[in-house]
Amino acid sequence: MPTASALPGLALLPAALAIPLIVLARRRPVLRETWSVLAALAQTAVVAAVLPSVLAGAAPTWRPLELAPGIFLELRADALGTLFALVASALWVATTIYSIGYTRAESEQRLTRYFASFALCLFATVGIAFAGNLLTFYFFYEVLTVAGYPLVIHRQTPEARQAGRVYLLYTLGGGVALLAAVAWTFSLTGTTDFVAGGIGALAGASAPVLWALFGLFFIGCGVKAAVVPLHTWLPVAMVAPTPVSALLHAVAVVKAGVFAFARVTGFVFGPALLHDIGAATALVWLAAATIVLASLAALVQDNLKRLLAFSTIGQLSYVVLGVALGTPAAFAGGVMHLASHALLKITLFFCAGAIAATAHLDRVSQFTGLGRRMPLTLGAFAAAAFMLAGLPPGVAFVSKWRLLTGAVDAGSWVAAGALLASAVLNIGYFAPIVIRAFAPAAPGTPSEVHEARPAMLVPLLCTAAAGLALGLAPDAGGWLLSLASAAAAAVTGPR
Amino acid sequence: MRAHLPILPLVISLAGALVIPVVALASRRLAWPLAVAAALGAAWAALAGVCDVIVHGASHYAVGGWAPPWGIEVVLDPLSAWSASAVAGVASMALLASGPAVDRRERDGAPAFYTLALVALTGFLGIIASGDMFNVFVFLEIAAIASYALVASAGGPSLAAAFRYIVLGTVGASFYLLGVGLLYALTGTLNMGDLAARLPEHSGSPLFVGGVVFVVIGLAIKMGLFPLHGWLPDAYTYAPTAVTSLLAGVATKAAAYALARMVWYVLRPHALPVTTVLAWTGAIAIIVGGVLALRQTDARRLLAYSSVSQLGYIALGLGLGNAVGLAGAYLHILNHAVMKSMLFMAVGAALYRGGRPHLTALGLGRSMPVTAACAVVAALSLIGLPPTGGFFSKWYLLQGALEAREPAFVGAVLAGSLLAVGYMYRLTEAIWVGGVVDHPPAEAPASVLIGLVVLALVTIAVGLTSAVLMRTVLLPATSGAF
Repeated sequence: MPTASALPGLALLPAALAIPLIVLARRRPVLRETWSVLAALAQTAVVAAVLPSVLAGAAPTWRPLELAPGIFLELRADALGTLFALVASALWVATTIYSIGYTRAESEQRLTRYFASFALCLFATVGIAFAGNLLTFYFFYEVLTVAGYPLVIHRQTPEARQAGRVYLLYTLGGGVALLAAVAWTFSLTGTTDFVAGGIGALAGASAPVLWALFGLFFIGCGVKAAVVPLHTWLPVAMVAPTPVSALLHAVAVVKAGVFAFARVTGFVFGPALLHDIGAATALVWLAAATIVLASLAALVQDNLKRLLAFSTIGQLSYVVLGVALGTPAAFAGGVMHLASHALLKITLFFCAGAIAATAHLDRVSQFTGLGRRMPLTLGAFAAAAFMLAGLPPGVAFVSKWRLLTGAVDAGSWVAAGALLASAVLNIGYFAPIVIRAFAPAAPGTPSEVHEARPAMLVPLLCTAAAGLALGLAPDAGGWLLSLASAAAAAVTGPR
Repeated sequence: MRAHLPILPLVISLAGALVIPVVALASRRLAWPLAVAAALGAAWAALAGVCDVIVHGASHYAVGGWAPPWGIEVVLDPLSAWSASAVAGVASMALLASGPAVDRRERDGAPAFYTLALVALTGFLGIIASGDMFNVFVFLEIAAIASYALVASAGGPSLAAAFRYIVLGTVGASFYLLGVGLLYALTGTLNMGDLAARLPEHSGSPLFVGGVVFVVIGLAIKMGLFPLHGWLPDAYTYAPTAVTSLLAGVATKAAAYALARMVWYVLRPHALPVTTVLAWTGAIAIIVGGVLALRQTDARRLLAYSSVSQLGYIALGLGLGNAVGLAGAYLHILNHAVMKSMLFMAVGAALYRGGRPHLTALGLGRSMPVTAACAVVAALSLIGLPPTGGFFSKWYLLQGALEAREPAFVGAVLAGSLLAVGYMYRLTEAIWVGGVVDHPPAEAPASVLIGLVVLALVTIAVGLTSAVLMRTVLLPATSGAF
């Protein structure tokens, strides 16, 4: 039930205000980083303030401006959007604190641009989460694309610039496809509003038109979501500083892509229509293939960040798989996995960054005995890795269990098989790292305990602990399970 | 005052052009502020015209009290008011930004430069305001002769470029005049309103066909529409950037406006495939211009070919044959004028501070952060990313292309965006992280920064208010043509 409220718009304000403040404080690093932390905290607080009314079934809606005749800039906090906004904002807090430690340890330059771009990314992410129609969504989606670019090329090495080029080519190319899809949807139906269960007027279009439209949406969302074969940019973008990989390439940017899939399948086409034209099955196959292929690719990586990137590609497609299956359990599981993967993968990236900044190692083959020197970091890594693989009692177990039951409900043995195969493969690529790290060190290597600095260690321990806590009590605080279930019920419930 | 509003921008600009040489006898330093003031005055009068049109509707002005069809008629309607404000507004910022470079390059020639610039502006405003086919020709030539001189003012290779511009510009003007002559022979009138009323009964006549073809081709040359754009790349590359930020912004737009007016409001050759040809030509221009822009290594030539591509968007919008597409073309006239003028200002600022036009030696990002940031805003608008104005003109053109049910047009609009990503990426990368300039780093002069920042704000403001602009000005006016 939409109710007029400025709260969803207010959620954009902290990040928007932080950008000029960060730029003004460019010669005073402490003040600059303070603004970043405060903005992250304020954004989390505003999003959390929306939560009670969303859980009560309301959808606070803010329509400040008419963008084009008949289409408003509309921000609406529904269950799905609030879940995403909450995860992104809370993890922004952790990442900002972690960034302060990491950038000091690595003596990074150009930090004003770095923190300002980060704020702009989170501004865009909240906009994406709360976008109430396709044009508003596209607006923030493109802002996110552009804002992510300075972070990818942050180190300005030739390699980073090459990565930036690949990143822009893929994401802006995907953006053009998305624009075509949005314009076409508007031209077919006369609306761009997200409607839970699908835009009714779309059902009148012929199957070839719907397939073509779905193809455009697939390219538009699939690039950011790194679905095979549109995934190539993500491993290349790992050249960015690790906090960027952690928040953007595990949470904000790539999750914007899978979130887009949730919006398009659940709120533009609707599961029923997608199923009728057969696109749902095609998407399930693509997601299943991505899950298995990415996990296989992760098996052979030596560079830890690239391994995590391939793992991300696989895990993102769990969400795509869930929303494509379209059964209540699968949709809820997919949406939940958006949160659980964010929490666990950011932990893994934090650990990778801590190892790189403290022990100056980035290849798994160099990790022998590292667990004895950095027991807390590697302990958190091991916990997050096994939780992400789906072992109970981690938070990913809860979401993967729902995905699996949803796949069985839908009778999709492809999906169920991919889920089970991937669980084995996950263990297959994470276990050797952990075993190697806790194996006895070769003689002659330093063995004293030398942990990462607290600003890096505390955030990664917190996110790992949160992953465990939400696994033990998935509805702790009454948000994760409730929001995911509410989103699934809105989409799959009787229309 | 209100009664004279249709002709006021023109008069202010012409008065400036006449006063500057006289005042320059006393002090040549006064030429720049006077020129900026005259252009700002013209822009103010043109904006007042937009408000007047919204409130009171279109008005007609008989110059010297001679009623049409004997006298010269000046028309203030939504589209002419819109285009005049775009042209005068962008020109005023371009003149403001041109100050330091002109001062360094021209020295004692500055009054002549500004006189020519205001004569050209008068010509552009005249093309837009005129309600009489022959007067459009007169103003086309006034603007063109001033432009030739401005392009040639850099000496060296700009002389050859200007000569080419003169030859092709004269061919275009002659074609136009020939077409007007044929139409006059057919109908006995030159007044646009009379022509529009009388032409339908002659629509089968060979004279009509010839007249339409000559008028359209003549204006297409003036507009730089592919494949008649031969004069454009050299003229934009070798003219001083103070000139290109003015001409690239507004010269082709005045011709584009005239073309739209002739096709949809005067000649209306709906039995002939004129609009279809325009749309297809535009679609091809979008692609060819974009591909050629991708291959350039000189920043100014890259921008010139990008103009060929962007003018293709305008031609496509003209030819789509629906109100939203035509309105999109008019919106793009404004947006492209703003963003191309900004990009030439930014490149001009880099050259002023010791950069070289080659993409590897342009670099200014760290020493000129404001200029570089504004260049990024213009680049985003050119690619068509929200929230800039350029996104919205592409959005409406896309709507128009979908309404026209021609997948090739939809594809051209989108492919043009992709190509723009490519060439604008090369330019912005050159600006931000490109080669190092071995001069002491310094931000652009204040007047350039003001021009850039004002136009950047306009780009974003147009984007955020596009719904209002479409509802109140553009859609009502373009709906009337269908």
